[in-house]
Amino acid sequence: MSHFQPDIRHRAEELIALYPRARSAMLPLLHLAQEQDGYLSEAGIEEVASLTGTTSADVRGTAAFYDMYHLEPVGKYVVGVCTNIACLLAGGEEFLEHASQKLDCAVGSTSSDGLFTLEETECLADCDKAPCVQVNHRYVRTTTPETFDTLVDDLREGKLDHDVPSHGTLIRVRRNGGLRAARQEIVDQRARSSAARAQRAEEAK
Amino acid sequence: MAMLDSPRIVSSRAQYADSYTLTRYLETGGYVALRKALTMFPEAVAAEVDAASLLGRGGAGFPAGRKWSMLRKAPVSYLVVNGDESEPATFKDHFLVERDPHQLVEGVIIAAYALQVSQAFIYLRGEFALGLERVQQAVNDAYSEGALGSKIFGSDFSIDLVVHPGAGAYICGEETALIEGLEGKRGFPRIKPPFFPAVTGLYGEPTVVNNVETMSNLPWIVNNGGAAFAALGVGRSTGTRLFALAGRVNNPGVYEIEMVKNTFRDLIYDPALGGGVIGGRAVKAIIPGGVSAPWFGPDLLDLPMGQDEVGEKGSMLGSGSVVVLDETSCVVRAAWRITKFFSRESCGQCTPCREGSGWIERAMYRLEHGGGRMEDMDLLLDLCDNIAPGLSWPPQQTTICVLGSSIPSSVHSAISMFPDDFKAHVLHGGCPHD
Amino acid sequence: MTDVIRTTVNITVNGREIEVKAGELLIDAAERAGEYIPRFCYHPRMEPVGMCRMCLVEVEGPRGATLQPACYLHVNDGMSVCTNSEKVKKAQDGVLEFLLANHPLDCPVCDKGGECPLQDQTLAHGSGETRFIEEKRHFVKPIEIGELVLLDRERCIQCARCTRFSSEVAGDTEIAFSGRGDLIEVAPSPDKPFNSVFSGNTVQICPVGALTAKPYRFSARPWDLEQVESTCTTCAVGCRIAVQSSGNRLTRVLGVDSDPVNHGWLCDKGRFTLDSIDQNPESTDVLSAATRITTPLVRVKGVLEPASWGEALGAASAILRDASATPGGVGAIGGASLTNEGAFAWERFMRGVLGTENLDAQFGDGLDPVLLQALTKATIDEAARAKTIVTLTGDLREELPILFLRLREGAVSGTSAIVEFAFGPSALRSLARVSLVVRPGEAHLCARSITDHADAPAGVAFSNEELLEARRLIGESGEGVVFVVGRPNFAEDPRVIENAIRRFAERYPDAKFLVALRRSNVAGALDMGLGSQLRPGRGYDAEAKGLDTLAQLEALRRGDQKAVVILGGCLLGNVADVKGATAALENADVIAVTGHGGATLGYANVVLPAAIAHERSGTVTNIEGRVTAVTPKIVAPGSAWPDVAIAAELAEQMGQSIGLSSVEQTAKTIEETTGYPALSVMNDEVHDGAVVGRSDASSLRHALDPMAFPGIRSAESVGLASYTGAIVEERAQGSVHTRCATLEDLANAEPLEVPLADSYSLRLVVSRRLYDRGVAMGGSPSLHNLIKPTTLGLNHVDLDRLGVEEGAIVSVTGASGSVRLPVELNEGVARGSVEIVFGTKSATGEDAVAVLYDPTSVISQVRLESR
Repeated sequence: MSHFQPDIRHRAEELIALYPRARSAMLPLLHLAQEQDGYLSEAGIEEVASLTGTTSADVRGTAAFYDMYHLEPVGKYVVGVCTNIACLLAGGEEFLEHASQKLDCAVGSTSSDGLFTLEETECLADCDKAPCVQVNHRYVRTTTPETFDTLVDDLREGKLDHDVPSHGTLIRVRRNGGLRAARQEIVDQRARSSAARAQRAEEAK
Repeated sequence: MAMLDSPRIVSSRAQYADSYTLTRYLETGGYVALRKALTMFPEAVAAEVDAASLLGRGGAGFPAGRKWSMLRKAPVSYLVVNGDESEPATFKDHFLVERDPHQLVEGVIIAAYALQVSQAFIYLRGEFALGLERVQQAVNDAYSEGALGSKIFGSDFSIDLVVHPGAGAYICGEETALIEGLEGKRGFPRIKPPFFPAVTGLYGEPTVVNNVETMSNLPWIVNNGGAAFAALGVGRSTGTRLFALAGRVNNPGVYEIEMVKNTFRDLIYDPALGGGVIGGRAVKAIIPGGVSAPWFGPDLLDLPMGQDEVGEKGSMLGSGSVVVLDETSCVVRAAWRITKFFSRESCGQCTPCREGSGWIERAMYRLEHGGGRMEDMDLLLDLCDNIAPGLSWPPQQTTICVLGSSIPSSVHSAISMFPDDFKAHVLHGGCPHD
Repeated sequence: MTDVIRTTVNITVNGREIEVKAGELLIDAAERAGEYIPRFCYHPRMEPVGMCRMCLVEVEGPRGATLQPACYLHVNDGMSVCTNSEKVKKAQDGVLEFLLANHPLDCPVCDKGGECPLQDQTLAHGSGETRFIEEKRHFVKPIEIGELVLLDRERCIQCARCTRFSSEVAGDTEIAFSGRGDLIEVAPSPDKPFNSVFSGNTVQICPVGALTAKPYRFSARPWDLEQVESTCTTCAVGCRIAVQSSGNRLTRVLGVDSDPVNHGWLCDKGRFTLDSIDQNPESTDVLSAATRITTPLVRVKGVLEPASWGEALGAASAILRDASATPGGVGAIGGASLTNEGAFAWERFMRGVLGTENLDAQFGDGLDPVLLQALTKATIDEAARAKTIVTLTGDLREELPILFLRLREGAVSGTSAIVEFAFGPSALRSLARVSLVVRPGEAHLCARSITDHADAPAGVAFSNEELLEARRLIGESGEGVVFVVGRPNFAEDPRVIENAIRRFAERYPDAKFLVALRRSNVAGALDMGLGSQLRPGRGYDAEAKGLDTLAQLEALRRGDQKAVVILGGCLLGNVADVKGATAALENADVIAVTGHGGATLGYANVVLPAAIAHERSGTVTNIEGRVTAVTPKIVAPGSAWPDVAIAAELAEQMGQSIGLSSVEQTAKTIEETTGYPALSVMNDEVHDGAVVGRSDASSLRHALDPMAFPGIRSAESVGLASYTGAIVEERAQGSVHTRCATLEDLANAEPLEVPLADSYSLRLVVSRRLYDRGVAMGGSPSLHNLIKPTTLGLNHVDLDRLGVEEGAIVSVTGASGSVRLPVELNEGVARGSVEIVFGTKSATGEDAVAVLYDPTSVISQVRLESR
């Protein structure tokens, strides 16, 4: 009995088919499991373990290596505030403090209404818009406490649901189909190409 | 005065709000280079890259052409594009993937053709949600256009390209850790030698790993020739490069400027570029190539921005990031926060990095927040020495990968350049800037 | 012995030029040359990872000398290495200081103290003080990551030895690194605790006290322990062990690296069942497997009463004198728990004094010993490196765990292809190149299809494609093929498997066989002649006629045999037809020679207490025919005697002599009269299977690395290392008996009548689990939670067909009645069959096998009802 809903399961199988080895799909599959459940549930981990041919301990251990996978439930919106060097120089620590108060939750935890999880992140690669904030990995570009407060209010009212999907949904653009180049075709092409190149090298002498 | 008349090689479409769409891409010369490359022999395309003397734009600055030629003997199995940009404070690949994803895709296909590789992956850091969507869309468009798939543009070359998301780990920007992530494992870097990706890469097969910006240069190089690229810049540092300027400047942002012809002063002060330090303050320190790089003082503002020029002065252009600290910035806090970054991002495999970064972070925390001692400075330098013996540049390392040997950079720079700041922290019992 | 062409290279270490093996790891090459390089993560039996950085040495390169991990470099010609420069010392000092920075000051309360690689290497290479004044990392400690293993996160140095063992050696990846950086935690999945049967190995190889064993925790300090090296006799693989005691109390067992056998690994049953030997003195119920029998017992007015040896021997000899007056009136059952010397003594007594040929070391749970004798034997090494391994066994990971690890090596490295006869769930399934699903009653048909190039018969589960692949992998003559043969289904008539084995042996003359019978020293007991037609020294007498165990039980029921001597082990706990065996014992005079209690003693007239594992010296023989010495560590309790003494005294009581007085003299006699290596093995005068003088200096042995195997005293102090024992080859000169059996000696195989399957019945597969209700488990409380109650294993196809939900309780009806069992989904069970594990009890305390087994048919069939 698959833990994945049919659509998710279908996407999982498509993902695995993109890689030479099933285990390579581990990271995208974990994103997919997180998309369905909002976080990485035990059942989701087991499902990914069976899809990638390894054990739950291995999958869980691998997931725990990466910051984007949450092994406990998180809020609908995961708010990431950067305090690394460029953001530090732009007042990132104070901004984080402000965010904690506005969201009414401690850094690293979830607000009591379950809506927000606040994280102190490392560099989000948006340093000219310091201090940097992402919500569910979307840049929101709220560089002042005021704009941040407006954003939070908007999120609370559901006004940004189109721009900021719930936590877990990462890539909303689906790949249009699987791999197109057949194995044998590639092998033959390479043979032809190598032969032609050897020929050219010969003639160049 | 900054030299700003070099061509926009990778940022030519920045002026368009819809720069990332297929329509705009085709209108502005999209896929012309690929079609041209397909009429050339693969080795001729590689020769242009070689002639361009294109240095890798990731962090190590290894010549791309030479990396490719390492594989001339054995057929390459995979091409992997490193879009895991996580080096603080670097954001120029972010610009490329969100604003010109088609250019990246075209560059990747050109590279694949030159290397005769039919399976390519673009690995983007997971936090680039929008970037992942845009690059995936660009890949979809490329398939529809016939630039990807079976027998592209009617040639005898087939290629598939897969967009692969990371999941939040700085270390996965290291090429062997990235490959581990692509194999579905923890991002534990491999020991080199023997695991040079060119020899033993993805699934143990020869693999080329190149940076996003490096790939993005290829369409222009094919269209204009490698010599035209090499005509820009000076010496080994050819062409233009994207620099991500951040910190205490008026106009932080991504700037494409010609290599070597501009100095740090140009980048920071030119009104068309950085626009000077906020409030007209004095520069206290510059972090030239990402936080892994040793710092420069204001005495090096007039240093030309070139690979060798910066290397000779004991640092690196690295990831293309330039961070400016001014007289109001606390260098102790900066070095502490950078060390905290390394401690959180250390993969944990090897002892000096895993334990050393944590210990240094704890000691720096005391210095910054209260409890620092005079002997801490010597202690910190010795701990740094135990991670990167000799504290030289380029560094030696006792660690598996260069994250370890990057840990000492900020601490060593801060202590040796600003010993009085540290002493003041000790005497003050914390940060005097608060 | 084949000559290996050795390629060597010259390297320079600390200015000294040495010749080393080409391609060797620098860390090993340096060690062999006397330059020991400290290490934590490196372990000689696993792939290096270069993570701890303790082994950094300076290696000359194009850019001068750089620090490189010695465990990761392979030597090449002209390499120049310095292991003791200032730079290297600073690096070592630095690594240790870093490791100790967050390491808790637990030494006074840590099990590893005194045998700790971190302590030892800090003393040798570290500075005397730390400069770390920060707050150390704190975690909740200890936490149970499995039933037997505790984790102390604060002590962990993230060397990954344990996780690498779990994925690389055991292959089950039950623990893995979780998290990143200094928050890395060794963790199992929350709902799948670390209960691998190999979990104890991680405790042994952990270089700090991060992993500790619950059964051993806090029980001793290394400097209190005395140690001998011996052979484990929990199963028949014969792993080499170090047995440690404190004050005549058995304390711990550690795996010793024996290159041809166990590579230093042990299974948890071999490692953690010491309690059953000497830690249950309060258990006095003679019917309980936990009870040690420490005094002779004689049944007086229906009750077993303690007696003196004189009284007991008198009572026993009276019974035996009376019974042996009639031909075939007495016999012996059992013997696998004896040493070779004990078995030899009992053989002399039974044949020499009682004149009987009714002998059988097996309990009806093994294979025809004449067939086994006729097979060309393979060693474990040969099996692990064979190009094709064909398995006709149950789940080896449950029956002979370390053999499973050894075979797994070959499969994983790609050198060996496994052709698996799939009788039921098996850990080898995922490693097999071909799995031929074989239901009860089909093994001989499958074998015939392979050997005779015939199509798969109608109605079987294996296909022609699979047969084709199997034939291809086996080849024409069987060269390079090892058949691993055992008894996969206890409910199936052994002639089915024996038929298959014989077919393979006759058809593939170049193939070899590894006999995977699981019980202790069954191989040695059979080699000492405890079987009808067998003779000591692996001999055979074609003229002899006698009864095996099942035939003796039949004869006892009829009254044709009047008495039986049970040589160790509990008969009733080890047969499938419990009713039949009970009826036999009720009707008989029973003399039990045993170390432990059990249900069988309920029918014994006389009980004679014997010394058991770790209390006796002698030799044992493993599945490969390798003879190794066992060494006692404690004194046998009460008035238990070694078997040689019991047999000798009993003979005396009957006015005769077996000519044996001590274990050593028995070993000498065995070797002198049969050529079978015994005394020479005990005296360690053996090298590569040949008997050589002690002065031979070409031994391959080397001292064990205490960093790799913490806890085992250096081999130099105990004198034995890399011990190989002796493989029994062709019989040496000087034997008094005739010859080994050959295939031609086997009687013509009778046709097997396998009842047809009907759509209402399912065929019964009775398999084994490591954690059963035998003697070792019975007396080891720390393992009790690992024993699972009986369930009924079914394939999902049958579950669906029968409309049964997983976990539902169903009524199962077999030959002797019905029993209610919960259903468990298991895809490894073949369709049309059900699996029950032998030696377990149902939730209501019933023995399902006893109820369902049909002794009158070649296979047993059962019916299910879901109400």
